[in-house]
Amino acid sequence: MRADHAYDHDETVPHTHPEPGVDPHPPLPRLDRAVRIGIGGPVGSGKTALVAALCRALAGELRLAVVTNDIYTTEDADFLKRAGVLDPSRIRAVETGCCPHTAIRDDISANLDAVEELEEALGPLDLVLVESGGDNLTATFSKGLVDQQIFVVDVAGGDKVPRKGGPGVTTADLLVINKTDLAPLVGADLSVMDRDARARRGTLPTIFQSIAQDPHASQVADWVRHVVAHAVGVHGHDHVHAGAH
Amino acid sequence: MHRTAYLLLADGRFPSGGHAHSSGLEAAVAAGRVTDLPGLEAFLHGRLSYAAPVTAAFTAATHLSAARMGRAPCSTHSDVKVPFLSLDRELEARTVSPALRLASRRQGRALLRAGRNTWPSEVYGHLPKHADGPHQPLALGVTAAAAGLSTEEAAQVAAYGVLTGPASAAVRLLGLDPYQVQNLLARMAGVCDEIAAAAAAVAHKSPQELPAHAAPLADISAELHATWEVRLFAS
Repeated sequence: MRADHAYDHDETVPHTHPEPGVDPHPPLPRLDRAVRIGIGGPVGSGKTALVAALCRALAGELRLAVVTNDIYTTEDADFLKRAGVLDPSRIRAVETGCCPHTAIRDDISANLDAVEELEEALGPLDLVLVESGGDNLTATFSKGLVDQQIFVVDVAGGDKVPRKGGPGVTTADLLVINKTDLAPLVGADLSVMDRDARARRGTLPTIFQSIAQDPHASQVADWVRHVVAHAVGVHGHDHVHAGAH
Repeated sequence: MHRTAYLLLADGRFPSGGHAHSSGLEAAVAAGRVTDLPGLEAFLHGRLSYAAPVTAAFTAATHLSAARMGRAPCSTHSDVKVPFLSLDRELEARTVSPALRLASRRQGRALLRAGRNTWPSEVYGHLPKHADGPHQPLALGVTAAAAGLSTEEAAQVAAYGVLTGPASAAVRLLGLDPYQVQNLLARMAGVCDEIAAAAAAVAHKSPQELPAHAAPLADISAELHATWEVRLFAS
């Protein structure tokens, strides 16, 4: 349906190889849709603030849209619209029927519809951020919905969270430990969180940040830029569109 | 046909977007009309008397056309589009609330996506195109045909879905005892079966002759619900 939306720039991503002619990597998938990054994590950990910061950082350089999955329908979408970081036409709210984790993992249809509607209304996009409703440590995104996922926890939630693990902390492509500016106030030991995160996550990256001190979430924005530029985790068309329009 | 396909399609875990819809229950709860198990029972009896016969009959009629198309040679397929379009228009006319039209089409689109990925078939492509998706009963009829179900089984899935959506929403919204809710559904099974059988029996009729029950309070509640600033369910 959207085969004509392939991205031109995707074919001109510069490549450098130590030994020309010996490319150990499979060719990049040809994108016919935006890269989708899921942003999940417990209630109050700063998911919406991170989305707003990424919009601030990236809206000028990437064709960007956001899907929110709040428990109360439009709360997060309204926050983003009020924050003025992205044109309201680029933000969509999905209703989740009391089950934010169902909408991002078990039955992803409403989110896929929202992503496709945004791509249809706005034309080709580079990146769609899908923010989950605040849930618990077990909520993760389906690979049928997103290519990469960021799990957001905060130091005020307790420095034991990385040690407790759970699928989000353990398997997310990027773990963000938010609100580091609050660490001295809540008695959180960042070195303990760092050590536990490494133990849980092996080689997967973890970023410590404070959006209060860095309103553009620079490190996370760099990670997102890398994911988009190299289409990391993107497998092209993995299922059939609804195709009813 | 595999009986397991029937169970897959009827399963509440089939990823067809239903979890986000309460079929009017959230509005009824907020209005104080449903507060407990007897209230839910009355609500579900209402759903069975107005929504289920229409939903099941349109599902069954769509299934019958789709199944005929599946057996017919490709060259005659254009003839079968006519009842689909007529079914779409007749169901649109029976769904007076714009909010409920949208809810039906959104759920139809989600079901179509799940159906296409689960039981691929060319028959889906013959549904009338609409920006918000096909009406849910049409999507269900076509999916049931692609899955190899009989017309009566398609109607049964439709009638059953009319009950289980709001029942599941009630467990989430009111914290009702899940065993009591299942017991209630089991007690309603006989009525549900009768509605499915009646729907299958009229599936061959012209779309104009299919059931046309309505519930004005449900329509008004759905319109009000759609204007709420804070809600948990899409409908």
